Amino acid sequence: MEPIIFKAIVVGLIFSITLLVATYSTYAERKVSALMQDRVGPNRAGPFGLLQPIADAVKMFMKEELIPSVSNRWLFVLGPCISMLTALMAGVVIPWGGPITIGEQTFDFQIVDLNVGILFLFGVASLGVYGIMIGGWASNNKFSLLGAIRASSQMISYEIAMGLAIIALVMTTGTLSLKEIVNQQDAAYCNFVYQPLGCLIFIICAFAETNRAPFDLAECETELIGGYHTEYSSMKLGFYLFAEYINMFISSAVIACFYFGGYNFPFQHSLGIDGNWLSIIQFFVLFGKIVFFIFFFMWVRWTIPRFRYDQLMNLGWKGLLPLAIANIFVTGIVMWVNGDIN
Amino acid sequence: MLTDRSKQVVRKEMTWAEKAYLPAIFSGMMITFSHIFKKKATIKYPEQKRPIAPIYRGQHVLKRDEAGAERCTACGLCAVACPAEAITMVAEERKKGEENLYREEKYASMYEINMLRCIFCGLCEEACPKEAIFLTDRLVPSTFERADFIYGKSKLVETIDNPIDVSVRQTQKVLEFKEDKKHKHNRTFLDKINTIIQRH
Ligand code: SF4
Ligand code: SF4
Repeated sequence: MEPIIFKAIVVGLIFSITLLVATYSTYAERKVSALMQDRVGPNRAGPFGLLQPIADAVKMFMKEELIPSVSNRWLFVLGPCISMLTALMAGVVIPWGGPITIGEQTFDFQIVDLNVGILFLFGVASLGVYGIMIGGWASNNKFSLLGAIRASSQMISYEIAMGLAIIALVMTTGTLSLKEIVNQQDAAYCNFVYQPLGCLIFIICAFAETNRAPFDLAECETELIGGYHTEYSSMKLGFYLFAEYINMFISSAVIACFYFGGYNFPFQHSLGIDGNWLSIIQFFVLFGKIVFFIFFFMWVRWTIPRFRYDQLMNLGWKGLLPLAIANIFVTGIVMWVNGDIN
Repeated sequence: MLTDRSKQVVRKEMTWAEKAYLPAIFSGMMITFSHIFKKKATIKYPEQKRPIAPIYRGQHVLKRDEAGAERCTACGLCAVACPAEAITMVAEERKKGEENLYREEKYASMYEINMLRCIFCGLCEEACPKEAIFLTDRLVPSTFERADFIYGKSKLVETIDNPIDVSVRQTQKVLEFKEDKKHKHNRTFLDKINTIIQRH
């Protein structure tokens, strides 16, 4: 089989899985929130309400499409598109499973193995803020603009701490390629053992990057109506909301790959299976981890109230940033004492 | 101090563990997690109904008498009594041959209750001199249109095959109370004349 065909299949697969997971994340979010509040949640559309996301999508499409006459039309449409695009782009570098052998050839179960995978992820994540910025600005509405400003300053602040947390990770692993990082965790313990603080900082920043509670100041309904998407309706609003769920999915995958062994699981080589079957099991293991982290995202959302804006900035600049820097130093010293660097 | 439940507010500095927030967040998350397995408070309404009192005041019924004729005489007392002005009606004279349909010489050809206006106070039932209207323990179902909440005779009058039991609301005590001339509102014009005649 031509590598390009295999890649095309993987791309299609990952794309549809991403969309499917994001769709059902909306359902899961409502169900989880309901369960945590002693309610039942959606249970009318289909068995257990499983068709609810489809009903939601139909509703979204049927809604009237409004474009404020005073807005910048072009940018107004561009905003949700960028959000969606960047959200989907980040899935490219994630390794979904071990190598797959078809006939004589062996393929990686990954769309591309960039040797600067982490940088790519980081770049795409920072691009995501443009979707929100442009959308909020083009709406020509005070609330939207405030939401957009909040979102961008928040994302920039937390990106720094996130980047520094990753630097410590890169120091221990010595590579920027995600596949390498995951493979290293096969041989030794998962990175969480070496970088617990870095992992914590990374997870907190991931919450901020995805604009999820308790960091959802950008859409803070109580103060800003809907924040940057106040003026949006119909499927353009749907795109924004959907992008958030895709981001959550990708973030979960990234957390799993960086710190929790990616598709590896303990004792995988003593099971007596290998080759394609092992890869497929690995894919499901990674999927399980992702589902857990998505649940974790929701769990936190329905537990903790939203930060105040000054608290958010304090936490970012005075809390996480020094901690991340300290983490780098400690990592460096430990590595130096161990003789990993000279 | 009315109760002993008031607590002194302590504004002490937070300890290091409290400032780190994470232990607090963790215990909070444990609480939300434990709620996943708690009994749900939801009552799945159309299938499951909350137990209601037997004398619950729900959707009205216009009763027929034993022979199956409508009891209502379109006197309009219910409409006057209604604090929400939910009732409207049009009166008509009973024609020859309609005696099996309507008990009194005058009847309501149109009788409507707007269930969105109604506050289910039961004053219409109290006002009715003909024991025609009663509130029942049936709930008014929700619909999509406002117009669907205006219940006409087709929905209010009980059918002959399916009479609605109102004996829990129309007890002997209630009937006696309604007959008791001690109360001013139970005295009719004739009673008044009789008392005047007696006095002179
Ligand atoms: S129950 Fe009360 S509000 Fe409703 S129709 Fe009767 S008098 Fe009016
Ligand atoms: S329901 Fe009773 S009070 Fe109302 S019009 Fe009919 S007879 Fe009169």
